[in-house]
Amino acid sequence: MATTEAALRQAQGDSVLRSKYEAVIGIECHVELKTVSKMFCGCPNEFGGEPNTKVCPVCLALPGALPVPNVKAIELMIKAGLAFDAEIPAFSKFDRKNYFYPDMPKNYQISQYDMPLTQGGVVRYWLADGTKKSCRLTRIHLEEDTGKSTHAGSGDGRIAGSSYSLVDFNRAGVPLMECVGEPDIRSADEAVGYLEALKRTFVELGVSDVKMEEGSLRCDANVSVRLRGAPEFGTKAEIKNMNSFRSVHDAIESEIDRQIAVLESGGRVIQETRGWDEAAGVTHSMRSKEQAHDYRYFPEPDLVPLEIDRALIERIRAQMPPVPFARFERYTEQFGISVKQTTQLVDNPPLAAFFDRVVAVGAAPAAALNFVLGDLSRLANESGTPVAEGKVTPEALAELIGLTEGNTINSKIAKDVLVRLWADGGSAKQIVAAEGLAQVSDPNAIAQFVEGVLAANPESVAQFKAGKENVLKFLVGQVMKTSRGKANPVLVETLLREKIAAL
Amino acid sequence: MEPVHASAREIARAVNAREVSAAEIAETMIPHVRAVDEHLGAYLTLTPDLMREHARRVDARIAAGESLPLAGVPAAIKDNMCLAGTRTTCASKILADWVAPYTATAVARLLDAGALPIGKTNMDEFAMGSSGENSALGKTKNPYDLDRVPGGSSAGSAAAVGGFVATISTGSDTGGSIREPAAFCNVVGFKPTYGRVSRYGLIAFASSLDQIGPFARTVEDAALTYDALGGHDPMDATSADVAFETTAGHLRDDLRGVRVGIVREFATSDLAPGVAAAYEAAYADLAKLGAELVEVELPTAKYGLSTYYLIAPAECSSNLARFDGVRYGLRVDGADVGEMYEKTRAAGFGPEVKRRILIGTYALSSGYYDAYYVKAQKARTRIADDFRRAFAKCDVIASPAASSPAFTFNAKSDPYSMYLMDYYTIPVSLAGLPSLSVPCGSAVPDGGTRPMPLGLQLASPLFTERALLGYAHAYERATRHAGKLAPDPHCHPELVEGQR
Repeated sequence: MATTEAALRQAQGDSVLRSKYEAVIGIECHVELKTVSKMFCGCPNEFGGEPNTKVCPVCLALPGALPVPNVKAIELMIKAGLAFDAEIPAFSKFDRKNYFYPDMPKNYQISQYDMPLTQGGVVRYWLADGTKKSCRLTRIHLEEDTGKSTHAGSGDGRIAGSSYSLVDFNRAGVPLMECVGEPDIRSADEAVGYLEALKRTFVELGVSDVKMEEGSLRCDANVSVRLRGAPEFGTKAEIKNMNSFRSVHDAIESEIDRQIAVLESGGRVIQETRGWDEAAGVTHSMRSKEQAHDYRYFPEPDLVPLEIDRALIERIRAQMPPVPFARFERYTEQFGISVKQTTQLVDNPPLAAFFDRVVAVGAAPAAALNFVLGDLSRLANESGTPVAEGKVTPEALAELIGLTEGNTINSKIAKDVLVRLWADGGSAKQIVAAEGLAQVSDPNAIAQFVEGVLAANPESVAQFKAGKENVLKFLVGQVMKTSRGKANPVLVETLLREKIAAL
Repeated sequence: MEPVHASAREIARAVNAREVSAAEIAETMIPHVRAVDEHLGAYLTLTPDLMREHARRVDARIAAGESLPLAGVPAAIKDNMCLAGTRTTCASKILADWVAPYTATAVARLLDAGALPIGKTNMDEFAMGSSGENSALGKTKNPYDLDRVPGGSSAGSAAAVGGFVATISTGSDTGGSIREPAAFCNVVGFKPTYGRVSRYGLIAFASSLDQIGPFARTVEDAALTYDALGGHDPMDATSADVAFETTAGHLRDDLRGVRVGIVREFATSDLAPGVAAAYEAAYADLAKLGAELVEVELPTAKYGLSTYYLIAPAECSSNLARFDGVRYGLRVDGADVGEMYEKTRAAGFGPEVKRRILIGTYALSSGYYDAYYVKAQKARTRIADDFRRAFAKCDVIASPAASSPAFTFNAKSDPYSMYLMDYYTIPVSLAGLPSLSVPCGSAVPDGGTRPMPLGLQLASPLFTERALLGYAHAYERATRHAGKLAPDPHCHPELVEGQR
């Protein structure tokens, strides 16, 4: 396939070729639900631990053990569905998906086949430049996770060549939802935007902690390309083994390049499963000789069908906060703040709530945002105490902003007062009054400081007069120092220029 | 009170009254069971130490003032129910050495009611069979003729009670596995409504059909045992969360005002003449007790067998997938994990189990699912509807419990003739109804020389266990058929000794 490789080299980053084709991407995600116990037994749903310590007859599939569904997991599914305007059918059921795998204790997975807990829905998201996008959901269904196999004796942890395998069933039976997206995504950036939207929504609703590094979010991408404007989809490849949003991005980019190269060199994309090789930066074929599985789905006879009470759905809906996308729209439309800052706020709901309070008690939104995301967040990070749990109340911050906006104190003093508020709490006005920090704007008072500084620095004055403009900054600094930061810096500069000119 | 032949009610009364201790009962039963079971083969595992331990516990509780419904009653447990610390095999090579680390809910309830565990009983492998012959681990004989089968799948549990090596026992019934062996062994066998008794700890054959129930020598003892076994269990999602009605204190002595349905499609002319005569006599006895006999129709009952042999194998093909050599039970090593699965399952499962796994896998396969599994589910609904319509005209349906009395070993060589034994029980199972078999006389089997017991099947609407046991009690009290037959002398070593 020398021609393909040559074409691939040519295709990489070739914007002309890229604009000739369009990528079509659909993403399937497995997300572990944040419940106290597993899906069908009372074992703890926790990451890690000594192997096979979080197990019981049910999740080990001992003979005679039976599953009992976790009601909390079903409620989380309803939440997830409602967050994306999915339909929650009144009737749902579990099915068995039959296949043999050593880390799947029953050799069938309890899953949902034709009557999932949620159907349809749409994930709205935004890109780094603020563009709003959406991707329809096919469904979200509930199932159970498998255990984990470790292959020993092969050196590289792969099953090929290993002499034996060890299985840890701690994860077996953890509630898992599968979110199946429609092929509405057109680029790697959109794929990441979509995943970020899922992540921030699930985290905020308490549905999942969505940690890709702990495997509580796992995703596969179905990628195909077609000539721009073509009515039909191209042949897709399913990409697996992506361990971070970054690798999802890079794997999709690489796969788009590969498929374009195949087509440009006159080849045909074949339907297959491909693994992402992070180190090499390419996908490689994982397709084995085995035929497509016949999972022999049938209704799980150990469980009764689920009837979802409308009242339960409404109760859950009523308790749900606005989803991140709604908050993103509100911040950008109401305050006109930047995409980056909005995203920061949206991703930190307690901080956003704090910001909302500061604005609600009268602070200017732009100034409030600068304090909340800037100095206040820095203090919070340094101390390890979140902003919302710190001693600075929204009212105190609003007051501080008011003092700054009204020129009662300058921004330097404001930073100092904020440090005091963070340490001890209290009112900004009281600190300013008690410490006499109010800005000095009386020209006579400032003139005294200015004259003193000019008298003490004759060489600097001479340099300035000789045309060294930036010496003025030094002189302003000296005046501010003698005034203990209180002098109005604008007035200081004006007076300095006047007095030097008059010398 | 002599514990080998006494009823559970008599034993419990005497133990609660401290006329005899549970420990004394255990010490009488242990050597008796050992001696008789050499000939009968009802047990796969005897648990004398556990029996003594439970006897001590029962005596202590009674000394502390408790009264227990099954105080000191010797009980046998079918070997598909988990009992912590005890080998639980399903009579399969694949679980031959598996020791259960937990106890089934029904077993725990039985023991908590004061019963003493004698041991675990033989069965058709994974409860698949109608004669007991499919056990991979032992041969159980019919206590009324050691050359004949005890019936199945709850072979040992029926034989133990019929052969006086247990007072009561637990069985499980999927398509007739309690009722048919009860009929063969001259005992009462009762399958409650699906969902009445927890399946937690019962090793599944077909989840939507499996139901635990008791064997006893009297209806009253069956009722006492059922009262202990039953009730909602949060560990079983299919366990009925409805009020549990106890039955033992509510049995009746007549059938006045009761409408007994006789099924038109179950004509006695299909049976051997001697057997037909016995059932005709049984129906006449019901009428003599005041019942009104009415003809009812079950037009879809004839599809019961084919429906059952799609649904049950489909579920079993999935339920038995967990026996793979990875975590427990038999493992036969292979070059890779796939070969290990194949070798383990090839060596571990017997021919009938393999046959049903294959049928079930086929029925669920892509392209066949709608034609087989879905259609069978629809037929199941139609059969249940037929019963609902029939119960508009009657309170209880009477029929044979099995197509013939007990047959000799190896008499049924093709699977289909074996499946036909459950012709009358399977439709009832598909409808989930409570149903029992009560001794109703005897007939000399084809080619046989002495009469073998027969069972009358009674089935009633969902959750009407109290009424059903009441009807059976009235019939039993009036006819007393069980006592008219004597078990094989080997079941009475004291009598055999005396003859020498």
